[in-house]
Amino acid sequence: MPKLFTGAEIVFKALEDQKVDYIFGYPGGAVLPIYDELKNHKSIKHILARHEQGAGHAAEGYARSSGKPGILLVTSGPGATNAVTALTDAYMDSVPLVCISGQVPTHLIGTDAFQECDTTGITRPCTKHNWLVKDVNDLARVLHLAFEVATTGRPGPVLVDIPKDIQFKKGKYSFSKSTLKKKLNGRATHKISNNELDKFIDLLKKSSKPIFYTGGGVINSGPQASEYLRELVSLTGFPITSTLQGLGAYPGDDPQFLGMLGMHGTFEANNAMHDCDLMINIGARFDDRITGKVDEFSPGSKKIHVDIDPSSIGKNIKVDLAIVSDVSEFLKSLIKRFKEKNKNFLSSNKQKTSKWWSTIEKWREKKSLNFINSNKIIKPQHAVQRLYELTKDKDTFVTTEVGQHQMWAAQHYKFNKPNRWMTSGGLGTMGYGLPAAIGVQIANPDKLVVDIAGEASVLMTMQEMSTAVQYKLPIKIFILNNEYMGMVRQWQELLHEKNYSESYTAALPDFVKLAESYGCVGMRAKTPDELDEKIKEMVNIDRPVIFDCLVDKAENCFPMIPSGKPHNQMILGPEEEEEISDEGKILV
Amino acid sequence: MAKSKSAYSVPGKIGKTERHIIVVWVDNEAGVLARIAGLFSGRGYNIESLAVAEVDKKKHISRITIVTEGTPQVIEQINLQLKKLVPVHKVADFKRGEKDILFRELALFKMLANAKKQEKIKKICKKFNPVVLDKTNKSFVIQVTALRAEIDKLAIDLKRLGLISTSRTGAVAMTKGPKIFN
Repeated sequence: MPKLFTGAEIVFKALEDQKVDYIFGYPGGAVLPIYDELKNHKSIKHILARHEQGAGHAAEGYARSSGKPGILLVTSGPGATNAVTALTDAYMDSVPLVCISGQVPTHLIGTDAFQECDTTGITRPCTKHNWLVKDVNDLARVLHLAFEVATTGRPGPVLVDIPKDIQFKKGKYSFSKSTLKKKLNGRATHKISNNELDKFIDLLKKSSKPIFYTGGGVINSGPQASEYLRELVSLTGFPITSTLQGLGAYPGDDPQFLGMLGMHGTFEANNAMHDCDLMINIGARFDDRITGKVDEFSPGSKKIHVDIDPSSIGKNIKVDLAIVSDVSEFLKSLIKRFKEKNKNFLSSNKQKTSKWWSTIEKWREKKSLNFINSNKIIKPQHAVQRLYELTKDKDTFVTTEVGQHQMWAAQHYKFNKPNRWMTSGGLGTMGYGLPAAIGVQIANPDKLVVDIAGEASVLMTMQEMSTAVQYKLPIKIFILNNEYMGMVRQWQELLHEKNYSESYTAALPDFVKLAESYGCVGMRAKTPDELDEKIKEMVNIDRPVIFDCLVDKAENCFPMIPSGKPHNQMILGPEEEEEISDEGKILV
Repeated sequence: MAKSKSAYSVPGKIGKTERHIIVVWVDNEAGVLARIAGLFSGRGYNIESLAVAEVDKKKHISRITIVTEGTPQVIEQINLQLKKLVPVHKVADFKRGEKDILFRELALFKMLANAKKQEKIKKICKKFNPVVLDKTNKSFVIQVTALRAEIDKLAIDLKRLGLISTSRTGAVAMTKGPKIFN
């Protein structure tokens, strides 16, 4: 007779076998047996959030900065519904999360019991898969399967809903690796053929105006993928641009790097995307913030798309060569094949792409990220630049909220390593950055973790400062405070005749006093001349800090692809703002 | 153009739509139909008809036949998205009108009709494998199997002969010849 365990014990045995060291969560009635069991498992530490959404984003931050899945534990009903935003965020940005939720006892399911909701129904469209476990003997298998689904193929969130009676019931535990025999993302194993590699290399060799367009898939494929990417880019001598999520895969200060592309991307990156004759998409998904109007997207180019998710290929943009593969595996094979046959490619091909590079240099001369600085008032771009200069020597991790500050951070903070940049790109979740920073700091205890925030976003999950203080996590919340929902205000200025409807926050809290009331350190910078000293002071404080950086209230985020325009017609700055056509207003 | 100020790009050109029959083999587990239907509704694909039943009692495999309409790009997405679902084993996609594939729908018609009328109705249904399932002196229930359009037309013809209730399945499909889909 095999030893029997309670459902709650099985949960922890599975977590231990999956080498889980942290759980982010919040207790409640339907999940109490699991919380009761926590004390018996010293290798697993629980981080108590102040709201399940915060726990979810913290788990995301943990996952994205460590490469391991983030674990979330919530109760039934409101616990589960509060986690939905974080699950959806993780789904959009391909972050591996395993969410365990309590559920009312099986005999009460469907009776509108206290704190009951249809958790698997609600989370079905925002998870890769979810399970309601109605038999304790299924629990071990389901939990291990959940980890496998979350972490293989294109990563993403999963949820396991466990009724309270199942947590008490006794059942068998077993752990066998590779429980999932079926195809996870359309193809289980894809052997990369030499034929595919040769087609790829042939396109590289024929191109005189190539560009690499890389995305979050490179980061998700592991640090090795970034190494291979760097090798390939240097072997070819081609220019490279990155999506928001891909930043850090390639060094941000390298001369071959054109900066981020897309709606607020650089002039050179967007023009190169528009005019290229070969676009090499590695691990990006032709998102609408990148393509703009698809009919006019990069009209003259051949396109290669490497993606682990077959449904990403051909979804928005038709491509000429589609390769379903993990980035790291593919680049490894490609580089090997490329080196065998093209010994002196870089020097022999230099002539071919020299005209392209000189065109790119001309675009670069526009210095599209420039802004008019001030010595009276802190410009938000200047604040990010100073933060970068004063923290670049450390291995700094940056999270953001969503809005103008997020774009300024992406434009002006240069990342040199993968997994250092955590931002909500797909779902665009305001309130992501602060709890994400908590997860990042948990995974990287001795590193500097900064949340570049906006004052509106950060208030959405401000309660998590209490979590940071409880666990002594010295995260730095660097608020670019312009008193507006900046991006909303910018769109209202450009598209809605400056009708700033509800985008100004009157009665903001005093962030310094707020910091003090949470038991952390509050700081404020009001003028450019005190900024550097204050940033240095912030970095040196070994406690959580809220830094209230008062910035220009009217600053807009440029460059910008105005609505309705293709990539080669960007607005570079305020002096170039033009009346946007009615058709264009639909687009922004 | 009406003044619209949405934050997204305008739609591009929409291609020609085609009707496809998509066959999906799935684990027959709780919620699997909701996953398939949710994928269609969530991504804005449409389901014209749907037929589901377990076809392998031992392995608990159900076969779902979905009739849908979309541009070639949308049809491709439907296939790829379906394949990503964990309980989905395989997906087959047939274009309506393909030669080596059979489609059938089944319909039950309840008619108010006397004996004389009943003979007339049987005649109309003759081409569609009619089976009389129930008969009284005032009414009868007739079963036919045919293509969707044929049943559509039949229902119109029967209307004037006393049709009072119609029940139809979605289409089911199978390939011709000894080959099966793997």
